[in-house]
Amino acid sequence: MKFGVVIFPGSNCDYDTFYVLKEILKQKTTFLWHKEHDLKNVDCVILPGGFSYGDYLRSGSIAAFSPLMQELKEFALKGGLVLGICNGFQVLLELGLLPGAMLRNKNLKFLCQFVHIRVENDKTHFTHKTKEGQVLKIPIAHFDGNYFPPPETIQEIKKNNQIVFRYSDAKGQISEEANVNGSAESIAGLINKEGNVMGMMPHPERASEVLLGSEDGRIIFESIINKID
Amino acid sequence: MIDKKVIEEHNLTLEEYEKIVQLIGKKPNITELGIFSLMWSEHCSYKSSKIHLKKLPIRGKNVIQGPGENAGIIDIGDGLAAVFKIESHNHPSFIEPYQGAATGIGGILRDIFTMGARPIALLDSLRFGPLSKPKNKAIMEGVVSGISGYGNSMGVPTVGGDIYFNNCYSLNPLVNVFALGIVEKNKIFYARAEGVGNPVLYVGSKTGRDGIHGATMASAEFGLDLEQKRPNVQVGDPFKEKLLLEACLEVMAKDLIVGIQDMGAAGLTCSTTEMASKSGSGIEINLDLVPQREEGMTPYEMMLSESQERMLIVAKKDKVKDVQQIFSKWDLDAVIIGHVTEGGKLKVKAGGKIVVDLPVDAIINLCPVYKRESKTPSYLKSETRLRPLPLPENYNHILLKLLSSATIAEKEWVYRQYDHTVQVNTAFLPGSDASLLRIKNKKKALALTLDGNPLYSYLDPRTGGKIAVAEACRNLACVGARPIGVTNCLNFGNPEKPEIMWQFKEVVEGIAQACKTFEIPVTGGNVSFYNDTEGVSIYPSPVLGVVGIVDDVSKMVSPGFKKEGNSVILLGENKEELGGSEYLKCVFDMEKGLSPRIDLKEEKRIQEFCLEAISEGLVESAHDVSEGGLAVCLAECSFLSLQKIGFSLNLQDEIRPDALLFGETQSRIVVTSKNQNLQKFLDLAKKRKVKATVIGKTGGDRVIICHLKNKIIDLSVLEACKAWREAIPEIFRVK
Repeated sequence: MKFGVVIFPGSNCDYDTFYVLKEILKQKTTFLWHKEHDLKNVDCVILPGGFSYGDYLRSGSIAAFSPLMQELKEFALKGGLVLGICNGFQVLLELGLLPGAMLRNKNLKFLCQFVHIRVENDKTHFTHKTKEGQVLKIPIAHFDGNYFPPPETIQEIKKNNQIVFRYSDAKGQISEEANVNGSAESIAGLINKEGNVMGMMPHPERASEVLLGSEDGRIIFESIINKID
Repeated sequence: MIDKKVIEEHNLTLEEYEKIVQLIGKKPNITELGIFSLMWSEHCSYKSSKIHLKKLPIRGKNVIQGPGENAGIIDIGDGLAAVFKIESHNHPSFIEPYQGAATGIGGILRDIFTMGARPIALLDSLRFGPLSKPKNKAIMEGVVSGISGYGNSMGVPTVGGDIYFNNCYSLNPLVNVFALGIVEKNKIFYARAEGVGNPVLYVGSKTGRDGIHGATMASAEFGLDLEQKRPNVQVGDPFKEKLLLEACLEVMAKDLIVGIQDMGAAGLTCSTTEMASKSGSGIEINLDLVPQREEGMTPYEMMLSESQERMLIVAKKDKVKDVQQIFSKWDLDAVIIGHVTEGGKLKVKAGGKIVVDLPVDAIINLCPVYKRESKTPSYLKSETRLRPLPLPENYNHILLKLLSSATIAEKEWVYRQYDHTVQVNTAFLPGSDASLLRIKNKKKALALTLDGNPLYSYLDPRTGGKIAVAEACRNLACVGARPIGVTNCLNFGNPEKPEIMWQFKEVVEGIAQACKTFEIPVTGGNVSFYNDTEGVSIYPSPVLGVVGIVDDVSKMVSPGFKKEGNSVILLGENKEELGGSEYLKCVFDMEKGLSPRIDLKEEKRIQEFCLEAISEGLVESAHDVSEGGLAVCLAECSFLSLQKIGFSLNLQDEIRPDALLFGETQSRIVVTSKNQNLQKFLDLAKKRKVKATVIGKTGGDRVIICHLKNKIIDLSVLEACKAWREAIPEIFRVK
C-alpha cells in the first residue's frame, strides 16, 4: 500500500499524517503538491487537516479548485481510496465527492478535545478491522464540524449505510451532549455510496501513539493497509 | 516643519532631539525623525531597563544565543537546539483584543522561524480585570479568539500558559505570548546583512498603513481616547504567515541566504538598521520597489508601517533566482529592494530622491540610556500589615469558593479553543503543572511553563521575582523536567515614576538571584513599560517562561492521582502565611499582607529531590502547591485523576486551619507513592535533607481533610470538581 498526503497551502496536519504513516506504521508514503497534476501512483490519497487557503471564503472551498483535484476526482471515480481528515473532509464536501456541508460548531467556538466516536459501519475499507459499536477515543480540532446535509440526503445516507462514525460518550451512548459540534445525526465520519471515499472530522493521526493519550486512531490506517479485496 | 510639538508627538524629549541632531550632524527630516522615534522608543531601545537587566545571568554551558537576537537558543543535545522567547502585546490587545492578540502570536512565531527553527509550541500568559465587568469579559473573549484564530491556523499547538484576574488589569490587560521552536544546531540563521553588494529582498505581505506608531504607542501611557488608536493596531493574516513560514524554512534548508530578519515592531526601519548594525555594514533600499497595498503612501508611512507577515532577507548574490522561485511556489512576493553597502549608513530612496540618510550606529547603539530615579512606594507600609482575621466557620464553603474563583477555576473553556494537539507531540494536555512535548524519534521531551503571581510582586517585588522563577522551576520538577533556560516578560507601569522604577529594580534583582541559585541562564525576553491607563498602573507583573528537559519521556509524571490506596506525601513545610493569598482576596476582599517568604536554597533542594525520586521511579503523581494552597492543590490532584479518585488526610500542624488549608507557603509539592516504594522514598528524602511527611491516602470518592482530629473538609469529589470546572463556562454562558 502506497500512501500520498496532499499539501495545500495552509495544510498543517500534512507532516503529522506523513509521520504516522511512515514512522509508526512503516508504510511507503509520499507528499503530493496541490499545484501538480500527479498522484505518483499511490493507492490511497489522504487529504490532511489544516486551514487550506486560510479557510477563507469557506472551509475547504478554495482548495477544491487546486490543479491536483482534477486527478483526485478521476482517481476516486475509478475506485481509488481517498480519506479526508478534518479540513480534508471539508474539501471532499466542496468537491462533491461526499454530500452535504459543514456549519460552525454549535457553540460557535473552535473545539479541540478528545471525543469518543462509535463505529456504525465496520464493512468499509477504512473500518473493517473495527467492530460495529466499538468506541474509539480520538481528538477533534475544528471550527466548522457541524455536519449539515439536506433532508433527503439524510434519508439516502442512512439507507445506504454511509454513516461510518457517530459522536458518542465513552460507553457508546449517543446524546446531544456527546455531539459536541451539533452534527446532524451525530455524524463524525461519512463514506460515499461506492465505499472508497471517506471523510471524518476527528484526527486518527493524533491518536496513534500511547504517549499522546490514545492509539485508537491506528485501526483506521491499519484497515486501509489491509483493505478488503 | 519639525517643531517642539512634532517632537513631542513622536514621544521624544527635546534633549533626545538635540542629541539626534548632534549625532547625525544635521536636522532630521520628518521620515528620519520617525525612524528615531521608533528605534529610540522604550519598546525598541530598552533605555530605562538596560542598566538593571545587566544583573540577570545570561551565561551557561548550553547557551548558544543569549539576549540580543530575535530569540534565545539553548543546546538540548542530539544535535538539536531549542529556540524560544516571550513577548508582550498588551497595548494592542486592549485597543482591539482579537487583532492585538492574533498579531502577538504572529510576531512571536516570526521571531522563532526567522532563526531557522520550526515552531512547535505556543504558550500564553494572560491577565484580565475581574469577569464581573462585561468589558473585561469582552476583552478576554476577544484575546482568546485572537490567539485561537492565529495559532490554530498556523498549525502550532498552544499547549499551556496561565491566567490571573485582578482589578489592576481592567484598563490594561496583559497578553504575553511565548513560542518555542526546534532547529538543527548547525542550521541556525541570524539577522545579518553581510557581503557588500548582496541583494536585500522584501518577502511576504504587501505594505499598508496599518500599525504605524505601534512601537511608540507601546511606549506611552494611555488615556481613554482609545477609539482613535485603533488604526495603530495591525491586522493579522495567519494564512500568509503560514506560507511565509514554509517558504522561509525551505529557503534556509537550501542554504541560499546570508541573513534574515522579521519585520515586527518598527517594520522596515527596524529590520534594515538592525541587520546592518549587527554586521557593521550599511543598507540602501528603494521604497518605490516595495510591494504596496495602498496608493500614495509617503516614505514616512512606509518606513513606519507595521504591516504583518513580512521579512527582510539578505540573499547570496548568485542565489536570488532560487530564492524567488521558492517564494513564488508559495505564492508570495520576493522583491529585491536594495543591497548591502559599505560605510554603516541607512540610505532610503523614493521617487528618485534620497529621503533618508542616517548612520546606523546612531539609530541602534547611541540611544541614551537612563538611570531613572527610584523610590520605595508608599503603599507598602500599609498594605503589608495584616490585622487579625476571624476564622471561618465552614471550610467546605471556602474551598468551593476558591475552586470556583476565576484565577483557580479550570481553564478548559480557554484551551479548548486552542488547537493543542496538532504536530503530534503533546504528551500532556493543558492544565498540568507544565506542558510536555516529546521530541520525535528521540527519548527526550521538553517541558514548558509560564508563571508569575502579580499579587506577590505587588506586596514584595523582590520576593515576587524570586517566587516567579522558583514556582516555574517547581512546575517543571513536578513533571520530571530539569530547567535549562529562562525567558522573561516584565510588565510594569510608567518607568518615569520613581515608585514604578523601584518595583522594576526589585523584581529584576529577585529574578537574578533566583536564576543564579537555580543555575539557569536568561536567554532573552521583553520589557513592557507604560502599562498605565488614566494614571493607574498595573501591579508589577513579571512573567517567567522556563524551558526544561526530560531525559526519558517514559518517566514523566502528571499531577492526577493514579490509584486508590497510594500514600499522599507533602514535601516541604506548612507555615502560617496568609499574605497575598487567593483566600484573602476571595473571602476577605483583601490584597494585603506580606507575600509568602522563600528560601531559594531550600527550594532548590526540594526540587532536586523531586527530580531524583521521579527518575528512580518512586513517584506516581506530583503537583506543586500554589494559589489556593494545600487544599486546592490536593483537590486538583483528584480532579486530574482519570477515575476522579478522592483522598483522606490527617494534618498535625499546629497553625491556623485556614492558613494550613489555603495559605500559599512556597517550596511545597504534593506527591503520591505506591506503598511498596514508600520507605525507599522516605529514606531518600531523609538522605537529601528534605522534609517529607506522609499526610494521608488516596481513595474513595470524597475530599476529606482532618486537622488535629477535627474533620474540617468533607466534600464529594464530583461536587467539588463541578464547582471548579463550571465556573468559567458559566460566566461566558449566553443567557
